[in-house]
Amino acid sequence: MLLRKITLAVTMALSANVAFASCGDITGKVSIVGNEFPAIQTVAKGAADCAGDAVTVTSNLTADHQKINLAGLQGDPAEYTTAIIANSSIIALMNDDVIRPLDDLIAAHGADIPKSNLITIDGKVMAVAFMANAQHLAYRKDVLAEIGVEPPTTYEELLAAAEMIREKGIMENPVGGAYKSGWNLAQEFVNMYIGHGGEFYKPGTAEVAINNAQGVATLEMMKALTGYMNPDFLTHDSNATNAEFEAGNTALMNMWGSRIGVLMDDEGAEEVVYSNIAVGGPMTVGGGTTPATTLWWDGWTVAKNTSDDNAKATFMAMKNGTSPGILNDDTMGEAVWMIEGYKPAPVNAGVFATIKAGAKPYPMLPYHGLLHTALGDNLADFLQGKESAEQALADTEAAYSTAAKEKGFLN
Amino acid sequence: MKHKTFLWFVLPSSLAMLLFIFFPIVSVLIQSVHVDTEQVIKEVKNCGPFGCETITAVDQEATQALKRDNPLGRFAGLSTYFDRRHLALDEVRAAWGNASGAGDFFSQLLNLPFYKAMSFTLAYTFIVTPLVIIFGFIIAVAVNGAAKWVRGPLIFFSLLPMLVTPLVGSLIIFWMVDARGVIGAALQYVAGDPNLSVKASTPLTWVMLMVYGVWHSAPFAFIVYYAGLQSVNKDTLESAMIDGASRWEQIRYVIIPHLLPLTTFIALMQLMDNFRVFEPIVSFSAEAHATSLSWAIYNDLGGETRQLSSAAATSVLTILGICILLLPVLVRTWRDFNHK
Repeated sequence: MLLRKITLAVTMALSANVAFASCGDITGKVSIVGNEFPAIQTVAKGAADCAGDAVTVTSNLTADHQKINLAGLQGDPAEYTTAIIANSSIIALMNDDVIRPLDDLIAAHGADIPKSNLITIDGKVMAVAFMANAQHLAYRKDVLAEIGVEPPTTYEELLAAAEMIREKGIMENPVGGAYKSGWNLAQEFVNMYIGHGGEFYKPGTAEVAINNAQGVATLEMMKALTGYMNPDFLTHDSNATNAEFEAGNTALMNMWGSRIGVLMDDEGAEEVVYSNIAVGGPMTVGGGTTPATTLWWDGWTVAKNTSDDNAKATFMAMKNGTSPGILNDDTMGEAVWMIEGYKPAPVNAGVFATIKAGAKPYPMLPYHGLLHTALGDNLADFLQGKESAEQALADTEAAYSTAAKEKGFLN
Repeated sequence: MKHKTFLWFVLPSSLAMLLFIFFPIVSVLIQSVHVDTEQVIKEVKNCGPFGCETITAVDQEATQALKRDNPLGRFAGLSTYFDRRHLALDEVRAAWGNASGAGDFFSQLLNLPFYKAMSFTLAYTFIVTPLVIIFGFIIAVAVNGAAKWVRGPLIFFSLLPMLVTPLVGSLIIFWMVDARGVIGAALQYVAGDPNLSVKASTPLTWVMLMVYGVWHSAPFAFIVYYAGLQSVNKDTLESAMIDGASRWEQIRYVIIPHLLPLTTFIALMQLMDNFRVFEPIVSFSAEAHATSLSWAIYNDLGGETRQLSSAAATSVLTILGICILLLPVLVRTWRDFNHK
């Protein structure tokens, strides 16, 4: 027994050494800011393995990272040397020019990073992606079996299934959805609008163009869905939607791949619920072929306002934090890792199906954050039946245009 | 006190106010009359794990050059104040012109973010403030009339709502009024409507926010009144009793006049606080039903693209609003002061 413990300790020390060795010859400080969920904690831990006499590695992982990362990178020298971001949040950092192109560092030290993980904007690598995420169908096998229906592949089928579940008296409000007024609601509109084949802007400009047939169809479909949701849907974010699902109150929902693991584990729900949860691919809508969802990546960047030594140390540490070495039995299921040696678990099947179905990435446009905010503020009135779809879309467009003028995107 | 002594006495706090209140307000004022420099947009090729596409992006070199020339941004005068998100002059004028009647005009007005926020802010301020004063007074009189040995525990329990952190207090109530919570289920039973949901109805959400506001602030009025009650002139009270005044008459003619200056103080504090209502809207997730000026500021700063000028303009409008609200009370205090 003792011998085994010693061997274990030695192997761990050795593997730690190996990890250290792959960090190369670096000096300076590495300071990480990012969102807080298990996969990112794993990355930060992997980066911390590079800490040594000449290198300090600290991390600040918080759900409020978007509120602090820009300010934390703006100083000179910057407080953080790297920000872990997603395809929407990199825009704010790009707009203010606080992250540096990584081409030199990649040429010198990053030959082993898969080319497909490099986020290239205007010919310059600005970030390195390490995981993918998307919203897709999650459903209860037992409930669908009871009504004798296959898992829906379109939103129209989902509505039909929901009606049958309600008619049979199995559940009063069988559909779940993160429709909380604000960011979540806007995200659902973006999904559904893309599914209807809509374009958000007049080509090549920042002029918004959502008050059209696709926009109205999008809102009509969202309203039809809310008819089968808990009446409090405008207060439900992803957490609350998951809680409703775990409580056995809903059977069909469009949910983030990164949150499926929590649903399928044996905590927080009865056996009949968690053992019957399954994931499907993304759904299409209105006879379209583009799935009504968006693809997301999470990746890391390097601050512009920091010394070259710090930048190199940060690059090496983050590369180590997203290297095949971080994958083990515990971390494998935390995300859809875009890392060599990753074996997909059943919880991640939905994200893979979404990528395969040809879903579009979330729009990476400098002014799209403003439209997202405007959508989140102006769609609730329509869903509550206080105004028409056209009015809600016109309000959104007006709110966006006002904001875009203030930010200098429109004149 | 000599003028010189007085000056030295208030100097530290005046300096602190200048540094931490006056200068920041000036900076907000300057921010509110500027907007960002023009962003130069160009088309770029963007590649990632999900393939390549041509998108628009900010031309950093050109935009940074513009920013260097105008570090404050472009001077915009009062245009941010008059745009659709604030006073919305053009939209209000258009609504005035094309509205079919007063009702239609108001519904068009309340569709504009500033007036929507204002309608809840004002309703909240003018309903919660008097209720806080009334409830605070009733609790104070009741506690003061209770036997000495229960007063300690009574005071403690009456103060609890104020001791609980606003965010935590409102979250607890939020869960209780949920359709499956204690209060929510009880309401469904009383109303005989199994689909009744407080969170899904705008009027009920407003009521919930206001009940929370009264619950949270009444202890403040209570403790001020309770302190005031300790200094009521016992002789006056006794002579009133000898003259045969009932308990109500004692309260009406002795206690209320005695506590009137305190009422001015509480009204002042509460008007200011309630006009800046914010935490309950966030923790009750009530954005879809009720917004306030403070929430609008938070929302402008919380998005992925921060809108500083808009937030600054709303801040200045909030300060102006509070000044207008407090004007009657301040004028009254000034008159009383001169009168003496």
